Amino acid sequence: MTARLMEGSEAIAEAMIAAGCRFFAGYPMTPFTEVLEHMARKLPAVGGVCMNAESEIEAVGMAWGAAATGTPAATGSTGQGLSLMQESLAEITLARLPLVVLNMARAQGDYYQATRGGGHGDYRHLVLAPGDVAEAVELVQRAFHLSVRWRNPVLVMGDYYLAHTARSVTVEPLDYGPRPHLDWALDGSTGGSGQAKLISFLGSAKQRHHVGYDLSDHYAACAADSATMVASVEPIAECLDTDDADVVVVAFGTPATYAKAAVRQLRADGARVGLVRPVTLYPFPTDVVAGAAEGARAVAVYENNQGQMVDDVRLAVLERAPVHFIGGLSLDGSGFGIAPDLDVSVLRHRIEQVLAR
Amino acid sequence: MSRTTRVDGHIVVRTDQVPAEPARLVDDFTPALIDVGAHHLCPGCGEPVAMRATLEAVAELDVVRRTIGVFGIGCYTAFSNNLDVEVLQALHGRAPSVATGVKRARPDTIVFTIQGDGDMVNEGLQEVIHSAARGENVTCIMLNNGVFGETGGHMTATTVLGQRTKTSLEGRDPVAHGRPILLATLLAQLDGAAYVARGAVNNAGNVARTKKMLLQALRTQIAGAGFSFVEILTMCPTGWFVETQDAPAYLADNLAAVHTGGVLKDVLGDSDRQEGP
Repeated sequence: MTARLMEGSEAIAEAMIAAGCRFFAGYPMTPFTEVLEHMARKLPAVGGVCMNAESEIEAVGMAWGAAATGTPAATGSTGQGLSLMQESLAEITLARLPLVVLNMARAQGDYYQATRGGGHGDYRHLVLAPGDVAEAVELVQRAFHLSVRWRNPVLVMGDYYLAHTARSVTVEPLDYGPRPHLDWALDGSTGGSGQAKLISFLGSAKQRHHVGYDLSDHYAACAADSATMVASVEPIAECLDTDDADVVVVAFGTPATYAKAAVRQLRADGARVGLVRPVTLYPFPTDVVAGAAEGARAVAVYENNQGQMVDDVRLAVLERAPVHFIGGLSLDGSGFGIAPDLDVSVLRHRIEQVLAR
Repeated sequence: MSRTTRVDGHIVVRTDQVPAEPARLVDDFTPALIDVGAHHLCPGCGEPVAMRATLEAVAELDVVRRTIGVFGIGCYTAFSNNLDVEVLQALHGRAPSVATGVKRARPDTIVFTIQGDGDMVNEGLQEVIHSAARGENVTCIMLNNGVFGETGGHMTATTVLGQRTKTSLEGRDPVAHGRPILLATLLAQLDGAAYVARGAVNNAGNVARTKKMLLQALRTQIAGAGFSFVEILTMCPTGWFVETQDAPAYLADNLAAVHTGGVLKDVLGDSDRQEGP
């Protein structure tokens, strides 16, 4: 398979299809729109269904229904659209259904929404944040694997740059081993057997000897499964020059690419700086960040928001080193997340200020 | 002493005296597709009757082995873990889009939704309208009692003018509360809707007519003719604050006087024309 020049949105669509996705529903919204466009063009060609839903609420509902049939399904939007979907996303998790959800975010203000649940109740989503188009191709496929493995939604957190930057990439199906047998999936065939299947966020135990649902049993079982998932999924992070770093920079997504360039420049000039880029935002690579902070004079966190991931960095670093926030909201007039601050010289200057403390 | 007596050829259970022996099961009328007959719904509730009619229609059309029911949230949710039909539980208001996803992913299945008026008309009105407009090949069933029964008797979008609820204490007033939405009437205007009917379960004749509507709605789906919809008026004596035995007549005099029954649309066209309740 040869490489082809594709914008991130198209590469993500190709990767979803390579991962087996056969149902997609979405509602246009910048910068997510092109993912929907590419799915509308590509999915029918492989026998799949792409729905231009009437709202984000209906998009996630449609994806919910498709997922319940065992069809690899995905939906997505930008953070605002995901806000509309949160009630369903919370309950889909308690219904123990696999679903891949894309957030082509505006800036990075949706970190809390992604990693803290966003909706009501007690649940967890796995969150993957690619740094560039090539990594998105891999992580999107990993998201399908993880979601069906753990019967849990997986969020892929992108941004305006990822969606709209064209890169030469190869999309090949990645092998994550045999797909699990979906004995829970609905197709109607167990009706009338005395053992008809049920998929419900209230619990899937059929009523036999008592009336009603037992939510305490179900929520406890979900919490136990969630804890097993979080403990089992290996956090991923990219580390650059952290072994002897005086200052460790932490950033994720596209901004991490700019931070990495600034760190490389400073290294070339003899400054002892390093970088950690969390790839899994949930579970957060706490041990990697803690290890990098060990022996460092300071940790500097760049995010294009008021400071959200910095909380997780502080929880990881604890008393090992002071944690400085060197990010901040940086937007152009559109608010789509095109950031004037994403300039290597700007980031380099902010890292130098931390070095000089 | 026998607990039963015969009146006009019908067996009648006497309740005017203490029985001489403890109750025993003489017959089990639980439909084959309900696992357990017991439920927590109030005496006089119409929803179990509507549920039975729905399940009997599924069974009679011999599609049980490819049917998936999508449930909303209301009193009727008590049946969602109690059926011998595959069930997918949806959120309040969201069953039509969830059913759409099921049907589009597995076009070989027969998909019905069960929702109440609060669920379908209040919380999720746009879902059912868009599904109808798309001609989505699913069957949506609305149990309309004109009240939020599960929360204890609050006004819904189908509550009729003058009806007293906990949130329309002096009766629904058109200025203060607006007028009811007649959903079946609304949906019948959409080109994508192939079958639209409104039935009721307040007497045996209406139950029989409603079951015919359910059969025809499912036949419409089996034929791939488009969106089918059956609204079923159900009794809610608790939410209406009326005596249990008065609820069927209250339904006829109030709910059915506004939400008038009958087949509003039938593109298959081969059904027996039915009288409304």
